[in-house]
Amino acid sequence: MKRGLAALLISTMVLGLTACGGVKQETQAETPQAETEEKMADDSGNGSADVAGGEEVTIKYCNFNASGGNEETLAAMYEKFHEQYPNITVDIETVAYDDYFTMMQTRVAGGTAPDCYELNIENFASYASKGVLADLSGADTSNFNETALSAFNVEGTQYGLPGNFSNVVLIYNKDLFDQAGVSYPTDDWTWEDVQEAAEKIRSLSDDIYGIYAPLTYNEFYKVAAQYGGSLLNEDKTEFTINSPENLKAAQMMIDRVVDSNVQPNEEQMAGMGDWDLFESGRVGMITTGIWAFNTFKDACDFEWDICVEPGGTKKATHFFSNALVVNADSDKKEAATTWITWLASSDEAAQIRIDAGWDLPAIKNQEVLDDYLTITPPDNKQAVFASLNYLTVPTIIEDYSMMSDIITEKLSEAASGKISVQDALEQAQAECESSINLK
Amino acid sequence: MAKQKRKVEKKKIIQALPFMLPSFIGMLIFSLCPVLIAVFLSFTDWNGLEKLNVQTFTDHFIGVDNYKTILSSSEFWTVLLHTLYYIALYIPLVFIASLGIALLLNKKKKGTMVLRVLYYIPVLTSWVAASLIWKWVLSPKYGIFNQILGIVGISGPGWLTSEVWAMPGIVLASVWKDMGFFGLFLLSGLSAIDPTYYEAAKVDGAGRIVTFFKVTLPLLTPSIFFCLIMSLINAFQLFPQVQIMTEGGPNGATQVMVERIYTYGFSYFKMGYASAYSWLLFLIIFVLTMIQMKLQNGWVHYES
Repeated sequence: MKRGLAALLISTMVLGLTACGGVKQETQAETPQAETEEKMADDSGNGSADVAGGEEVTIKYCNFNASGGNEETLAAMYEKFHEQYPNITVDIETVAYDDYFTMMQTRVAGGTAPDCYELNIENFASYASKGVLADLSGADTSNFNETALSAFNVEGTQYGLPGNFSNVVLIYNKDLFDQAGVSYPTDDWTWEDVQEAAEKIRSLSDDIYGIYAPLTYNEFYKVAAQYGGSLLNEDKTEFTINSPENLKAAQMMIDRVVDSNVQPNEEQMAGMGDWDLFESGRVGMITTGIWAFNTFKDACDFEWDICVEPGGTKKATHFFSNALVVNADSDKKEAATTWITWLASSDEAAQIRIDAGWDLPAIKNQEVLDDYLTITPPDNKQAVFASLNYLTVPTIIEDYSMMSDIITEKLSEAASGKISVQDALEQAQAECESSINLK
Repeated sequence: MAKQKRKVEKKKIIQALPFMLPSFIGMLIFSLCPVLIAVFLSFTDWNGLEKLNVQTFTDHFIGVDNYKTILSSSEFWTVLLHTLYYIALYIPLVFIASLGIALLLNKKKKGTMVLRVLYYIPVLTSWVAASLIWKWVLSPKYGIFNQILGIVGISGPGWLTSEVWAMPGIVLASVWKDMGFFGLFLLSGLSAIDPTYYEAAKVDGAGRIVTFFKVTLPLLTPSIFFCLIMSLINAFQLFPQVQIMTEGGPNGATQVMVERIYTYGFSYFKMGYASAYSWLLFLIIFVLTMIQMKLQNGWVHYES
């Protein structure tokens, strides 16, 4: 991606747009608007314009998650919503992920941000700390999964609602386990059990590896939690990256590559992606997101299944979610909040989401979620929900992306054998301390 | 006489103005304004999210702190070093390659037209597409480049996955893409050389090699000078191929200035800092170009 150029172009385009008084915005969602006009005509015909008791209001909603295949699912959800709230018209704009954040940044800065929109967790952290998001304390959050909800609560203020939800499980290649004569992993495995199995699978062939777990910030904060560690102290005033617990976690992750080599190093990966490695049947286990299921279903010609991710001294599992937020400058905050709350937590929207196989809604209602279990493989889909008991959420700080980049870089330096794990954590600690101002 | 000439020139400019206006206005709004705003922003700690207006500059004013922080950070010097490393590899290679192309295509033989077009195709390709293809070409195990090296008995390096070889890998892709562009300029330089010089050299009994070094090369220096300035500016602005092929990795081995500017501006939300960074980049390019302009008298020979 010519990101810099694209960014510049987008900024200039958006500047131009603002100047043109939002002509584009009106043309973007012709269908819903046309619908409202019909509805309005209907309503006035019946002489009952005030069905839901509210004034007619049109809000703008911007998202990236529906791009690339789920635009119609989102439209179907909106249709349902509009039946219940005929006075609220939502102008939906779906933008591809690659362009989304540079565009949104420019629009927020230019004062033309939509009334409500979607953010990934990294950007949510930055936006929330810069006062551009509205406080959503008034929203009805009774249907939400509480851990998911807490991810977007920054120092007591709810700045976002979890719009969707996914987590990470251990996916394993049954055939390789059979060949190595190892019993399948279970939910109560620890990383030591994994290591044992991985070594046996590794010895099958020079080309076959035991496990693949990414050596990144995202993986690290979770594994650290499994050993009782964390990246910041509790009140987020100091970094604790070089703590003994974290060292244990990082050492375990890196040793797999440089010591026992049950996980391939970058050279052995030879430019392959981790999913490719699993799909080609060359790795026994992989810790990856539940969004891999559909791809693996089509691409793997061997048996595979899942279990809750193993842990260290305790269990901790990933949780990924995109935040739905309301623009602090919007003059239609109430309607915007109503829409995103409905979109994220109503049973109707959840049902449509699950039926379309999009992703999981972050809701409590198990009945709706149960439909998700019937889609196989994997057979042990229950593990997806079992993992929810151990959710760990990333610590939100203003310079989230910077912290994440520093840690990822140091981990990969350690994995390449350039520096020791201890040094990697010490250096990450020092760099974070010198370049990030914790408040 | 001189006065009249100036008058004609003036008239010409006035006539040309309406034709230039559309692109000039575009440049004014979309390039010049942002560039000037960036001057002010570089003295602020604006985060790129809060609304931008005149007050931003007073509210967020922090003096020359951004410049101080950048210049005292080891990162700045490291990325500068990466850029210089890139330049040291890229410029000699691209010059040899494009001069080769120019000499080859200067011969009036059948098929040179077709070849001229073929060599220019990479120039027209988008960097995004080219980078993605080169990522595959340089893939350590399955890439065609290492396969070819394997045939002649060399086991190729990990290229983009290796800290040492990632930058040379990017240089290869850049040379491939840019050689047609510079080749075209050198070609036009070659064809502008008066054939009488060659005849004179022949009469004096100069061989092909002597002719090349004593006649062709000196008369080509104006074109070479132009290409040198262009390629140096391009090299400092190295970005799309890095962003796509390595994203600055592995372990930051290919982090360069524009990549840093992008990262600070759009993923760390430090727009003031990024603005200062881009102004430093401008200053470096400006000073280097000025030096080159000054030095040209020593080696660039303009005909007549």
